[in-house]
Amino acid sequence: MLTIGLGHYLTAAALLFTIGVAGIILNRKNVIVILMSVELILLSVNINLVAFSSYSGDLTGQVFALFILTVAAAEAAIGLAILVTYFRNRGSIAVEDINMMKG
Amino acid sequence: MAMSVALAHALPEAILFVGALLLVLIGAIRGEKSAPLVAELAMAVLTLAGVAIVVSSKRHGEVFDGAFIDDGFARFMKMLVLVGSLGSLVLSRDYLRREGIDQFEYPILILLSTLGMLMLTSANNLLALYLGLELMSLALYVVAAFHRDNVKASEAGLKYFVLGALSSGMLLYGASLIYGYTGTLSFHGIAAALKSGPNVGVIFGLVFLMAGLAFKMSTVPFHMWTPDVYEGAPTPVTAFFASAPKMAAVAITARVVMSAFPGIVHEWRQIVVFISIASMAVGSFAAIGQQNIKRLMAYSSIGHMGFALVALAAGSEMGVRGLAVYVAIYLVMTLGVFAAILHMRVNGKAVENISDLSGLSRTNGWLAFALAMLMFSLAGVPPLAGFFAKYYAFLAAVQAGLFPLAVIGVLLSAVAAYYYLRIVKIMYFDAPAPAFDPAPFSVRAVLALSTALVFLFWIYPAPIVEAAGAAARALF
Repeated sequence: MLTIGLGHYLTAAALLFTIGVAGIILNRKNVIVILMSVELILLSVNINLVAFSSYSGDLTGQVFALFILTVAAAEAAIGLAILVTYFRNRGSIAVEDINMMKG
Repeated sequence: MAMSVALAHALPEAILFVGALLLVLIGAIRGEKSAPLVAELAMAVLTLAGVAIVVSSKRHGEVFDGAFIDDGFARFMKMLVLVGSLGSLVLSRDYLRREGIDQFEYPILILLSTLGMLMLTSANNLLALYLGLELMSLALYVVAAFHRDNVKASEAGLKYFVLGALSSGMLLYGASLIYGYTGTLSFHGIAAALKSGPNVGVIFGLVFLMAGLAFKMSTVPFHMWTPDVYEGAPTPVTAFFASAPKMAAVAITARVVMSAFPGIVHEWRQIVVFISIASMAVGSFAAIGQQNIKRLMAYSSIGHMGFALVALAAGSEMGVRGLAVYVAIYLVMTLGVFAAILHMRVNGKAVENISDLSGLSRTNGWLAFALAMLMFSLAGVPPLAGFFAKYYAFLAAVQAGLFPLAVIGVLLSAVAAYYYLRIVKIMYFDAPAPAFDPAPFSVRAVLALSTALVFLFWIYPAPIVEAAGAAARALF
């Protein structure tokens, strides 16, 4: 019978984190997908914190996770707002079109 | 009782917080026409916060359950942050009016961002670090895209946001690993848990944490946002980016490595040395081919952060002193250069190319002289202030036995001198370009003040060096 231990949670979080980073770096299509990847990264951190907190019996990690959820909401709001101004100016949110400045 | 003691230590933050909220109210009640009033009040609030730091008790205090530390180092770096914010706010007034983006939200966002920087400078555990960092960054994302009808500015904001969100994700992942493997968020607790030596989980977390902080300092390999954001954002916003947030990011990096990881100097020194050499190299070589002066200043800032980290790599009290002196002098120089860039306006339109400066010595001799002095100082030519900045940084590295790092630093600063001197050559020996419009008094005053400080620093360097020394002692 397999018991789910700290290692499993950390592995799941590490995989989610990797998927999130890969989503930001490899994605060539749409900025919304980048915002989703950012959320994945933050959620992987939350899994880490809650798992560590629960296994060590120390509540601070779970408090940290709550703060991250709050800040993530604010961050998503600001990200979408900037995306809207960008779309108004450019008429596109494709990642390959974000190329006014180079070098 | 305990609460009043805590608030006494956090008085500058409280002033900024209450001030920002009151200004939002004033702006909301009086509408769009309140922008000049809100900007002046914001400057007053920043000044008041600076006064609060100067007159506050000089006692060391850890309040709010140890999350907030008020020591000499924090006070020194907070003064630099406030000077940077105030300077860039003074520079912004005229520019925003002429570009038609003079809204009351701008000074409020600067105040909130500055509040985040002060909290970051005083952070004493990983949660306070994260909250300060995000308060600073969220406001910065918005001001980068503040010129919202301009496609370059909104692109700058978008790029900064995406990469900034990625970097705070990495920083958080590192923080979660450090928490998991030491069982605490507090910097002192982490240091105590590492007494018995490092473990692999903590090292992993440290790497991620340093990656997030390197992004905020705009150091290689996390510098890719810097040139685009500097070029795209409105010029006074760029001046702000180049001054205040850098001070806060450097301060928290020094505090993290010195107070949370003093036991594993060998491990973090490798990271700092790598970041430092890579930043100095990229800053020196990539700037050579630039045509846009704001982009050039972006690479210059990357290089300067590399030089500042040479001092941090020493990992000693001398190192932190060198770091503090370096960023203080860099702050003055960068505000001066951006004041000069704000002079660059032909027939009412802002110009940004280096070729627009050609023959400036014949059309505007004083501006050419001031900018030349600042360029010599950035290049590190004695006896200007920039030379002393590099001197104290390299001195600390040499005393810590990091000879190769110091030698590489000196060689790369010689490479960097090339593009600074090229600007001087263009201003003094090329055929004149159209003359610039007269600049407003505030911009001229900032330029004159910073040039004077850079020019006369060698006569009486003691106040800055001693204050930086006292700040460094507080960390050990």
